[in-house]
Amino acid sequence: MDFNNTQAIYLQIADYVCDKIQLKVWKEDEKIPSVRELAVMLEVNPNTVMRSYEYLQHQEIIYTKRGMGYFAQANAAKSILKTRQQQFMNEELPLLFKKMQLLSIPVTELQNRYEQFINQKNN
Amino acid sequence: MINIKNLTFGYRPKQMVLENLNLQIKPGHIYGLLGRNGAGKSSLSHNICGLLFPVSGTCQVSGEIPAGRDPKFLQQVYLLPEEIYLPNVSIKSYLDIYAPFYPAFDRDMFYRFILEFDIPKEHKLQDMSYGQKKKVMISFALATQAKVLLMDEPTNGLDIPSKKQFRKIIAGVIKDDQLIIISTHQVKDLDSLIDYVLILEDKQIILNQPVENITEKLAFKQVINLDEVASPIYNEGALKGYAVVAINHKKENSRLDMEMFFNALLSEKQLVLSQFN
Repeated sequence: MDFNNTQAIYLQIADYVCDKIQLKVWKEDEKIPSVRELAVMLEVNPNTVMRSYEYLQHQEIIYTKRGMGYFAQANAAKSILKTRQQQFMNEELPLLFKKMQLLSIPVTELQNRYEQFINQKNN
Repeated sequence: MINIKNLTFGYRPKQMVLENLNLQIKPGHIYGLLGRNGAGKSSLSHNICGLLFPVSGTCQVSGEIPAGRDPKFLQQVYLLPEEIYLPNVSIKSYLDIYAPFYPAFDRDMFYRFILEFDIPKEHKLQDMSYGQKKKVMISFALATQAKVLLMDEPTNGLDIPSKKQFRKIIAGVIKDDQLIIISTHQVKDLDSLIDYVLILEDKQIILNQPVENITEKLAFKQVINLDEVASPIYNEGALKGYAVVAINHKKENSRLDMEMFFNALLSEKQLVLSQFN
């Protein structure tokens, strides 16, 4: 996997796991790859994956069954979506606003573009 | 697993390469040993595996003294040097000669790595390219299942797909009771594997920290203007703005840039080290 240079790798791995769960590639209440399998897949130290899994357990996105490995929580996809929406609103949107202000782009312009984008996608 | 106290070592009486070096290392981790050329990285790893003896001080590895060269100790330590010299025999003969020195040697594992590295297994060792020989030796080193594995620039000479294979193989084999120390200048090849950083400078290990501690104390950032960063320690001009190492006041979770960290440590030694005390 290509990691970006800015964020800690363990968080990028956590994000990767969240992607899989949110997109239902890894289904809720089903087993996700073991620490070792994911480490090999992503070419990282197993200790780093362990840290990501601990982090995700703490966020209640995954849980562990003794001796059976890690599983996606029942409502994980929904809670990931919610967290990511908040993240977008709190972190990404202010950056977008800053840039829009800098380039004098009115919000109304975005509305049209967004509708066009959705229409194109639906056709 | 490794416990070194006040180790002093030199090749000539009045020129010590390592002086009063202290180092404690735990199993279950992949240590990256970084240092300038000639800093003494190889001297240190040779002391750890019993190829060189300390002038003074003690070096203990898995409870044994490496200089005693007890076969029981030598069976569980393996050093993969940067330059390798191999006899002109087939892979199979090489295994027949050398694998018996390592009781835990796993032939199936060895051939699996050879396959993953795409090495034609009937070839003689000297007919192989430098990179291929290196891959055979990496496979051998890992198949010994030695408890202490020392590797000197293992990715040197490896082509691009092999570096990827190397990372996958290491991620798949490291065990909780095993220790891998990789000394390298190619940190970008390996920085997703290394979870402890050792820095050898001024004849001593001046830093021994897990990656998560380093990024807890320091933030690694890309900025357009330097005044965007509070408490910068070190910066390098990049294509767009600057790459900066700063004190991590805001508890950011940045990714460790090992090259930047190494340069920061060498140029602002006291300031960087004071973050860890």
